[in-house]
Amino acid sequence: MGMDMEMAAKEKKREKETLRMELESRSENEEFARVAVAMFMSRMDPTMEEMEDVKTAVSEAVTNGVIHGYAGGEGIIYIEVTIEGRELAVVVKDTGAGIPDVKKAMEPMYTTDTTGERSGMGFSFMEAFMDQVEVVSAPGEGTRVTMRKQIGR
Amino acid sequence: MAEPVFTYEAKGQVLVIHLPRELDHHNCRNLRYETDLLLAENYIRKMVFDFSRTEFMDSSGIGILLNRYKQMDRSGGEVAIYGAGPRILRVLTIGGIGKLVPRYDSKEAAIAE
Repeated sequence: MGMDMEMAAKEKKREKETLRMELESRSENEEFARVAVAMFMSRMDPTMEEMEDVKTAVSEAVTNGVIHGYAGGEGIIYIEVTIEGRELAVVVKDTGAGIPDVKKAMEPMYTTDTTGERSGMGFSFMEAFMDQVEVVSAPGEGTRVTMRKQIGR
Repeated sequence: MAEPVFTYEAKGQVLVIHLPRELDHHNCRNLRYETDLLLAENYIRKMVFDFSRTEFMDSSGIGILLNRYKQMDRSGGEVAIYGAGPRILRVLTIGGIGKLVPRYDSKEAAIAE
């Protein structure tokens, strides 16, 4: 019992924890990614709405990686989720095509898709559902999206 | 065989499309092909989307709704939705669909209007 209490005290002291995932770039993994992130953040005791918001934002970022980063081809999508106090940070990274003009890509309704099926609202959704979104990208090098949200405000 | 993602129901000149639980890019992939086929073979005046099973939707869902709306609008047709819960309504509003597509509480109302 003494051991258990010691362990609990140690765990309590640890203020930052991180989940790292590497997923193959496949559309099936869009759901897997958002559910895994939601599961991890559930220990922050979020509201249903906060959890759904994060799921949507993660889905957008991973979908971008699958569709644009790797254009439906092979590649790895890296996800890193960090909980630090009340802040949740999600990084979604690919090493694919990259975005030539990030500012333009982030404009609402902007899309390079020609089928008409894509709304061009991916980044707008990430911004609507998270507090802060940062995109770093370079052609040929890939894209890194960092999203932050305060949970339980 | 895997269960179909979308199921379609024809009610006269109205096509009812029952949406899946998770409306994301993965699940939306075949919708265009399937609806194009149905529109080519039948006279459809109205397309009605059933959200009653849908628990998750991202901007992929907005994309397919907008495109169906444009498609129907070009031929003088209509689009309506029913069965959307609070989460889906929030996503529809942020996606700007709220003002474009009328919402109903039941399938009967969505078809009749």
